[in-house]
Amino acid sequence: MIRRLRRITPFQVILVTVFTALAAFMSLPIVFILNHAFKPTNELFLFPPRFFVQNPTGSNFEQLFLHATNATVPFSRYVFNSVFVVALTLISVIVVSTMAAYVLAKYQFHFKQLILSLITLSLMFAPETVGIPRYLIISGIHLHNTYLGHILPSLASPIAVFMLVGFISQIPGELMEAARIDGASHIGIFTKIVLPLAVPAIATISIFTFQGVWGDVETSTLFMQDETMRTLAFYVNSLLSGLQNSVAGQNVAAAAGLLMFIPNLIIFLLFQRKVLETMIHSGIK
Amino acid sequence: MNTELTPGLTRAGTPSSIRLRWNRFWAEIRRDSFCYLFLAPFLICFAVFIVIPVVMAATLGFTSYDGFGSLRFIGFDNYIALFTQDIIFLTKALPNTFLFALIVGPGGYLLAFLFAWLIHQLPIKIRDYYTLAFYAPSMAGAVALSVVWIAAFSGDRVGYLNNFLLQMGWIDNPIVWLQKPEYLLKVMIIVSLWISFSVGFLAMLAGLQTVNRELYEAGRIDGISNRLQEVFFITIPSMKPQMLFSAVMTIVTTLKAGSISTQLTGLPITPQYAGHLVINHIDDYAFIRFELGYASAISVILLLVSYFAMRFAYRLFGSKEEL
Repeated sequence: MIRRLRRITPFQVILVTVFTALAAFMSLPIVFILNHAFKPTNELFLFPPRFFVQNPTGSNFEQLFLHATNATVPFSRYVFNSVFVVALTLISVIVVSTMAAYVLAKYQFHFKQLILSLITLSLMFAPETVGIPRYLIISGIHLHNTYLGHILPSLASPIAVFMLVGFISQIPGELMEAARIDGASHIGIFTKIVLPLAVPAIATISIFTFQGVWGDVETSTLFMQDETMRTLAFYVNSLLSGLQNSVAGQNVAAAAGLLMFIPNLIIFLLFQRKVLETMIHSGIK
Repeated sequence: MNTELTPGLTRAGTPSSIRLRWNRFWAEIRRDSFCYLFLAPFLICFAVFIVIPVVMAATLGFTSYDGFGSLRFIGFDNYIALFTQDIIFLTKALPNTFLFALIVGPGGYLLAFLFAWLIHQLPIKIRDYYTLAFYAPSMAGAVALSVVWIAAFSGDRVGYLNNFLLQMGWIDNPIVWLQKPEYLLKVMIIVSLWISFSVGFLAMLAGLQTVNRELYEAGRIDGISNRLQEVFFITIPSMKPQMLFSAVMTIVTTLKAGSISTQLTGLPITPQYAGHLVINHIDDYAFIRFELGYASAISVILLLVSYFAMRFAYRLFGSKEEL
């Protein structure tokens, strides 16, 4: 084991140095937004422009929060809506998608091919183009201005099912066969074998489901006419669109962007670690 | 589910065979009932929020509809107009999208695989940090990052790129990156490549971890001499599902991309249509001119294009043969 490690080392040393430079370059936008968010307004107009902040200030965030308290809906309401919607959506998407993917990956039944090809086909349709029919449906079944109106549309997540089907089909069928012989029910097989073994894929879909729902503006714009039902993403976006072309607003916009980015980062760190852990310890192969 | 049962019914021959098939069919349905039960929550949402809206949109493609007036059925007129009269579509949107998709799609895909593979070669303790560095830009999201691109590509001396190039002495005057037609598409491509390490990239990383290590040993015995051969003969065949997923995600995000030009320039229609992609064309007709029928027709064309791109990806990584 140790000999093997030593043999790889020279290649890895070169790789790590080149890669560090590359990774640093790739993460420039993040470093920039982090610095920009804490810049006082006078630093934005410096020439030559500076990349790093010199006198960090929290006034941009203060302005964000204060601006919201002046509005009809308090800032905390947007935050609550976002957190509530994201938490419920995440849990339901995981359960619903894994159930569907398990059946699609491991069983033969009528319409299976039809459903699978419908799912792959639907991966390609831009939601913008179906925005208007979707609005008609949502208001037709009276889901507008409700939390269900936020959650139910994202439950239809063909991407999540598609990915889980790919992953679950790699779980050896003998494992389920063995469990069935030992007397496990369908639900038992699902909760005891499929769910634990699919954790890496579930972690991955959680990351992008969170990302999608957290940053989703379309639902709040189209389906929620009541300001109190709209989410943080909508609020931040409405700030951004007004500030886009002026240098003066850039720091507040950056602060808003950072505010949207931090939870993404946290959830990613939480789940990515899980992906690696389960990959190392689980006995899939 | 019941609506889907009827087409299978009408096809059968004599009455007795219909009954026989029907009974067998029901027995099978009942045997697999737990399958349908597991599928139900997903399928219901899927039908209500994706299938029905898509069917509605496809129907709209054959009509002239402005959103609140009455629907008028006009057959293939929308499609005929699109390919014979819409000069902006034919000379701007189509070539731009072609160039953009060709570089950002396959290019971004290869880069994502290359970096995922390289990250996988790193010691396990530090992998996380590199994954994060590459994934962070796409995670931040296009809305959050638009402020970065606007500042970086700003057209005056204060813009970060202009300032850098001026200091290096490579240009004499600041360049208006985002307003000049000859640069806008290039900037869009660079920015899109920058944030292309998204879900597909993560899937590849997860896939790389599922490759059986013993296969590498076996490959070495069978005469695989370098890492390139290892990648082609062992790694990629072993992670076909993830490669396929990633390919599909790349195709979708590439063909859907369009908001990037709006975020960069702050205009719904870019100067001289320099950054006009097919999806911008759809937005233009759907939300500015309110010709929903025509916009739906364009999106049907886009759907067909992505369908054939998808067929190609399945040819490459189809999971049917071997894993």
